[in-house]
Amino acid sequence: MANSDRTTAATDWESRSGESRLRQVLEAGQFAVTAELEAPDSADPKDVFANAAKLGDVCDGINATDGSGANCHMSSVACCALMAQAGYEPVLQVSCRDRNRIAIQGDLLGATALGVRNVLCLTGDDVSAGDQPEARRVFDFDALQLLRTAEIMRDQGVLLSGRKLTTPPAYFLGAAANPFVPPRDLRHLRLAKKIEAGAQFIQTQYCFDVPVFEAFMRRARDMGLHGKVHLLVGVGPLRSERAAEFMRSRVPGVHIPDAIVERLAKTPRKSKREEGIRICVEIIEQVKQIEGVHGVHIMAYRQEETVPEIVERAGLLREKPKG
Amino acid sequence: MTTFAESKRMPGSEWLKDRPRLLEAVYQGSEAGLRLFYPVLRRVLPAGWTERVFVWSEEVSKGYLFNCQMCGQCILHSTGMTCPMNCPKNLRNGPCGGVRQNGNCEVIPDMPCVWVQAWQRDAQMERYGGEIQLLQRPVNRALQNSSAWLNLLEGVDAQGPPGWSAIELE
Ligand code: SF4
Repeated sequence: MANSDRTTAATDWESRSGESRLRQVLEAGQFAVTAELEAPDSADPKDVFANAAKLGDVCDGINATDGSGANCHMSSVACCALMAQAGYEPVLQVSCRDRNRIAIQGDLLGATALGVRNVLCLTGDDVSAGDQPEARRVFDFDALQLLRTAEIMRDQGVLLSGRKLTTPPAYFLGAAANPFVPPRDLRHLRLAKKIEAGAQFIQTQYCFDVPVFEAFMRRARDMGLHGKVHLLVGVGPLRSERAAEFMRSRVPGVHIPDAIVERLAKTPRKSKREEGIRICVEIIEQVKQIEGVHGVHIMAYRQEETVPEIVERAGLLREKPKG
Repeated sequence: MTTFAESKRMPGSEWLKDRPRLLEAVYQGSEAGLRLFYPVLRRVLPAGWTERVFVWSEEVSKGYLFNCQMCGQCILHSTGMTCPMNCPKNLRNGPCGGVRQNGNCEVIPDMPCVWVQAWQRDAQMERYGGEIQLLQRPVNRALQNSSAWLNLLEGVDAQGPPGWSAIELE
């Protein structure tokens, strides 16, 4: 390869620096839409591009999961780097399950260098949830320690060891919230703690139970939290009552009320998929009305192609730049 | 099924753990006692023995009561007198999002979530109640199997990673 090619490559990278576009959308007071990328079981970048293409036109950010459900897929750093390269706005999910603090801090620097501007800090599903349950669980950090460490690196410009960074990473920091599992009446306290630890945006677990979510938001508002963080509600279409049963019994932390499962069960086989999308759109319309909700995060596992339709039917389509 | 040392519950210890106010009083008392007797012990015991005695007594007493995992940096009074290292994910700052609808652990389905219990107990505590909202720094894994009492008395457990401590002081 000629030397000049290398120089071009280096300039290309530099042009991708800059602010988080997701942050700009949220801070402009617009209702944001993010979605979850299906991380491929493949070593081919084209698979990432193909999956991102399903979401890119209708989303302000695309999350790359970090071995979600403790199953191995292409790494979140790699998915995000490829998406950034293609002009999308990636959200890097970082879980505490597989890497210790040394690896995680290195990844935060590396991902930023590769153009990532949004980081979502997670605890992570346990190894026992996945298809390699014999793996070692790491959990050197918990989600809050990870958040605060990422914040220290950005704002203080040092690693946890105190060693100085010549260029600190600049990212928009996020965390997850799950208002739907016990102890439900105290979950807002955990939200408060995450905000204190550095969370600027929140993406919640799947919301299928709007009253529970409303109660959570009421408590959060009572603490004044709604003004301190941008909250995106997790939603997603259910394919059938069987998919719903599977999710609520096998995927950690997912709560689906019986009413929704029954509604799908009563729907004729041919229109179940459509009904699932309709439920999802209804939920978006309901949570959109709640004070303190700034967007939705659509997780359409293995049916990413439905995301544009959901966004459109929920009336969230907006002229926006690619990504 | 995976088995965990963490899921062990000694007979009677659950009853005691559900009395967090009693336990926080015991905690306060033992801290005061330790501070008083530590200088004496150090003088009368041969070198290295204080640590040995401490480790052994912690293993027995806190092992029975809290199923202590000997992390060497005890935060029991900030976690509703419920040992956070019994959480299979070692979380020190609250429950994960995987808690089951019945309040049990994602990883050990027949064990109540350590953090659900911790939050309930913290709410009952008079002296240290509310401390559960403090942000706990990353665990110093080098202190595993050492005496948390000794580390407390010597101030070892108060030293966080330098990058972290700089903010704590602000
Ligand atoms: S010393 Fe550590 S492991 Fe032992 S009870 Fe205290 S917090 Fe738990």
